Amino acid sequence: MNWVNIALQGVLLGGLYALFAIGLALVFGVMRLVNLAHGDLGILAAFITLAFLRTGHVGLIESAILSIVIMFGVGYVLQRGLLNYTLGTDDTRPIVVTFGLAIIIQNALLLKFSADEQGLDAGSIETASLHISKQIAIGWYPLLVFVLAVVIIAAVQLFLNRTKMGRAFRATSDDREAAELMGMNNRHIYALAMAVSLATVAIGGIALAVRTTFDPTAGSFNLIYAFEAVIMGGMGSLWGTLLGGVILGLAQTLGAQAFGTGWGILCGNVVFLIVLAVRPSGFFARTVTA
Amino acid sequence: MSFLEVQNVDVFYGDFQALFSVSFSVEEGQIFAAIGANGAGKSTMLRTIAGLSRPRSGQILFEGQPVDHVSAHKRVGMGISMVPEGRRVFASLTVNENLQVGAYGGRPGDWNIESVYELFPLLKPLAKRQAASLSGGEQQALAIGRALMSNPRLVLLDEVSLGLAPVVIKRIYEAMVELPARGTTILVVEQDVQHVLTVADHVACFLEGRISLEGKPDELKQDDITAAYFGMDVSA
Repeated sequence: MNWVNIALQGVLLGGLYALFAIGLALVFGVMRLVNLAHGDLGILAAFITLAFLRTGHVGLIESAILSIVIMFGVGYVLQRGLLNYTLGTDDTRPIVVTFGLAIIIQNALLLKFSADEQGLDAGSIETASLHISKQIAIGWYPLLVFVLAVVIIAAVQLFLNRTKMGRAFRATSDDREAAELMGMNNRHIYALAMAVSLATVAIGGIALAVRTTFDPTAGSFNLIYAFEAVIMGGMGSLWGTLLGGVILGLAQTLGAQAFGTGWGILCGNVVFLIVLAVRPSGFFARTVTA
Repeated sequence: MSFLEVQNVDVFYGDFQALFSVSFSVEEGQIFAAIGANGAGKSTMLRTIAGLSRPRSGQILFEGQPVDHVSAHKRVGMGISMVPEGRRVFASLTVNENLQVGAYGGRPGDWNIESVYELFPLLKPLAKRQAASLSGGEQQALAIGRALMSNPRLVLLDEVSLGLAPVVIKRIYEAMVELPARGTTILVVEQDVQHVLTVADHVACFLEGRISLEGKPDELKQDDITAAYFGMDVSA
């Protein structure tokens, strides 16, 4: 029965990884930009939430919402003011620039908040659990995060499928120049995609910060997990990203249970490498060429 | 003042000069054909009018307004729409979605999904199909329909018949001749000279980045066109 509990924890952990991964997949899909600062931007959102909380004027929920809105704006400005200029001729330029950005964010956070572990306190929900049977129980908070991930993926998918701007995202992803000929300003569309991306990773960062302690360097680990989730799920499929996150979460928790704490992360990486070897394009790759 | 005026336009790709002081004008309601061999500069000309390439010197006037500093996506709102070479339909989108996207930055007007399906009835049963699964001819019809969705005043058609079956080319040309009466001027680039000369009001032959011959199709002699097209004097 203990194994069932561990497996359930792993599945729910996958929801958190998916929250980090959605935005990464979105910007890669729309503009082929690999954002190496993605994880750090999520952690930045957690620190912004912490800063609002410390003012004492607002509660956790209000702070989180303010932080998410700010990250939406940061995404738009960052893309329009900087990252758009790195796109185009050379695929390595955005990688180098976002890598530099990651270092800047980490060090700025170290300066402002020090290297101490921080936490966001959500009260009793953090430890409350739901008893399914006598032996099986799942935490309310991990369940909530998982449901949040499902809701956000459904919302983003609905946006992409049903709205004018969502169609513009997909058209730009298919053929940027042809999209321009339809009257789309790709600079604006890229900026909106980054804004949505950072809003989702802000949710991920805040969810992580409530779940566990965090410090300015926590972003890089989560960037790797997000990459692994996206690649295992398959490029272009947000639901695949959730599946990738779940596989990673399962591998980590089951690995830790089987071989001892500390082996979990390694097991996650090994499973990722196996998936990469067996299905290099992931489980739900959805790329179409004319 | 002409509808579209191209004045002494030079276009470069890096150090390579693709157009040498090209000038011509298109009148409203015309079907204007630009013919010429591969690499003669016809497609570059269309890309420059659409705003995808910039002239190094010279200027382009659309309804008397210089458009050289207007970016490509804003020219759509002015009424310039382009059907790019190779069709470039949005592969992962359905036929319907491709048409919806075509209306993104356009002007209000008579064209909508229904009227495009009336012009190209072959598209209607494919409405929910992914564009990638369409045949070349179906994609070309879709690309033209998509361009019309912005209610353009000027449509730039690049290599419309390239790689298509004769029966499809016939249908595309039938649709094309309907457009001027509906308020759309056409600038079409073709390598298939015979076909385009039957519908064009005016023809310009491009040769190595310059216009080598220009006039009304019925006033031009076949030998002169051949000479202008290939850059040699065939009578000699």
